[in-house]
Amino acid sequence: MSETPPAPRPGRGIHRFASLLAVGVLGLIAAGGLVKSLEAGLSVPDWPLSYGMLNPPRWWEIQTVRAEHGHRLYAGLVALATVVLAVSMARRESRRWVRRLAWLAVAAVLAQALLGGLTVLLFLPPQISVTHAALAQLFLCLVSTLALVTSSWWRRAETWAPRPALRPTARLATAASGLIFVQILLGALVRHTGAGLAIPDFPLVFGGLVPAEWTGPVALHYAHRAGALAVLAVVAWLTARVWRAGGSAGLPRAATAVMSALVAVQIALGGAIVLTGRAVAPNTLHVPTGAALLATSVVAALSSWRLAGAALRRERVEGRGTALREVA
Amino acid sequence: MTKNHLFSLLALLLVLPLAVGCGGGDGAPETEAPAPAAEPAQGGSGSIAGAVTYSNGDPDQPIAMDADPKCAEMHADPVYTQKIVAGDDGGLANAFVYISSGLEGKKFPAPGEPHVLDQKGCQYTPHVSGMMTGQTLIIRNSDETLHNVHARPANNPEFNQGQPFQGMELERTFSKAEVMIPFKCDVHPWMASYMAALDHPFFAVTGEDGSFSIEGVPAGSYTLEVWHEELGTQTQQVEVADGAAVEANWSFGGGDAASGL
Repeated sequence: MSETPPAPRPGRGIHRFASLLAVGVLGLIAAGGLVKSLEAGLSVPDWPLSYGMLNPPRWWEIQTVRAEHGHRLYAGLVALATVVLAVSMARRESRRWVRRLAWLAVAAVLAQALLGGLTVLLFLPPQISVTHAALAQLFLCLVSTLALVTSSWWRRAETWAPRPALRPTARLATAASGLIFVQILLGALVRHTGAGLAIPDFPLVFGGLVPAEWTGPVALHYAHRAGALAVLAVVAWLTARVWRAGGSAGLPRAATAVMSALVAVQIALGGAIVLTGRAVAPNTLHVPTGAALLATSVVAALSSWRLAGAALRRERVEGRGTALREVA
Repeated sequence: MTKNHLFSLLALLLVLPLAVGCGGGDGAPETEAPAPAAEPAQGGSGSIAGAVTYSNGDPDQPIAMDADPKCAEMHADPVYTQKIVAGDDGGLANAFVYISSGLEGKKFPAPGEPHVLDQKGCQYTPHVSGMMTGQTLIIRNSDETLHNVHARPANNPEFNQGQPFQGMELERTFSKAEVMIPFKCDVHPWMASYMAALDHPFFAVTGEDGSFSIEGVPAGSYTLEVWHEELGTQTQQVEVADGAAVEANWSFGGGDAASGL
C-alpha cells in the first residue's frame, strides 16, 4: 500500500470515536438482525415517519414495534455520528484518501437508510432486503477501516521496515475478506428468501452429506453451508500463515485469532438456528457475528498490507520501541 | 474500479429499486375499471344449505399475547388462534362456502352497505368473511393499542396501513375477485383474517355448528366450493331449481367427503 510522506494526523480522539462508531455499527447490524428474526420489518408500515409520527405511541412496550422503530432511531444516531466523524476528519485529517473514505461512509449510511425505507414501502422484496444487508456490511468495513487508519498502530507501522514476505499473507487475508463477504451475501439470501430451514438437520444434510433432491431453497442453504466450510478453511490457513510470520505481525496475529474464534462461534450459531427452528437469539446473533468476522478480516488484510509494504524504509529496533534508520 | 465507476454503481444501486416499481404502499382505494356492459343479473329463489364437519378433533392452539402487554391485559381467559374451531358434534366453523363456477357472464351489483373488519382484543373480527368486488371495506381499530393492517392479495394491490389510535377507520375496495385475501397485523403476529372478494353474492361462512345457508340462488348448475385455512378446499356440483332447497355437506379429516380434492 503506498503512503504519502508523514503529515499531521488526527489525534486519538478521532480514532476512539471511529472505533466506538464501528462498535455502534455492529450493534446496529444486530438490531437489524433482530428485526428480521422477529419478522418485524413491516410492523411500522410507513417511512420515514413511524405511524405518521416521530415516535408511535407505546412503541417501547410492543416487541415488534420496539425492534423496528428502535432500529430506525439507532440508525439515525449512527448516521449522525458518521457525519460528525466525516466533518471532524475534513477539518483535522491531512490524508485526502482518508477524508474521502469518511465521506463515502456518510454516503453509504444515507443510501442504507434509503434502502431500509424502500424495503418497508415495497413490502420487503428480497432483492432490496439483501442489498440492505450487504451495504450494512460494507458500511461496517468502511468505518472499521477508518478506525484502523487513524490508529497509532497505523502511524507507527509507517516507521517499520517493510516485510515483503508478508505480501502473500496479505493477499490471502484480502481473499478471505472477499470470501466472507460472498458467504454473508449467501446468508442474506437464505435469510430473506425463507430458506433457513430448507435443510432441517445439522450438521448432516437430510441425514447424509448431499441432498437427494435439490430445490432452489435447498441449493441456496447448501451453498451457504459449503461456504461456511470454505471460510473455515481459509481462516485456518490465514491464521497459520500469520502466526508463522512471528511476533512482529502483532495486529494481524490478533485479528486472525479473533477471526478463528468468530468463525467457530458463527458455525455453532448457524447450527443452533437450524436445530432450534430459527429461535430468535441464535438467528439474531448469527448476523453481527458474521459482520464482526468480515470487519476483522478487513483489519487483518489492511494491517498485513501495511506491514508488508510500509511507506518509509525504516527499521524497528526490537525491544526498545521504535527508532528510525535510513536503509537506503 | 475507478472512483467514477464506484459512484455510478452506487447511483445504480439506489435508482434500480425505484425503477423496478413502487406499486405497493398504502395508496388510495383502488377504483375499478368499468366492467364489460352486462345487465345486472337478478337473484333467484333457490337456496343451498348444509354443514361442514371435521372429524379429527385437533384442538385449537392458545395464543401468547405477551409481545404487547396491552393485548394480554384485554383477555382474562385464554385466546385461541381460531384456525380450527370445531364443536363437540364436529361442526366446523370459519369455513367459507361459495359458488366457484356457473355464474360466468352474470353481473351482480355490490351492496351499498360496507363490509367491516374490526380489530378488537388484538384479534380480527370476523376471522373469515366474504364481500363483493366494488363493495366498500371498512377496517376499524377498536383497541387501545396500535395495529397495522397488511392485506396480501394475489390479484389486487397489496397494502399495509398503520392504525395507531383507537377508533381509526380506513376504507378500501377490491376490484378483482379473489379467494382468499389474507390479512395480517405485523405488530401482532398472531392476528390473521381471511377475506374473499367475489363478483356475486352467493357465499356464506359456516357458524359454530358448521352450518351455512346461501339464499336467493338463481336456477342453474354450479360448482360449489368450501375453503378452510388449514384444511384446504373441496368442491361438489349442485343443481339448483327455482324455489328449491339444495343440501350440500362436506367433511374434513374423515373419509366421507362428498367431493374432495
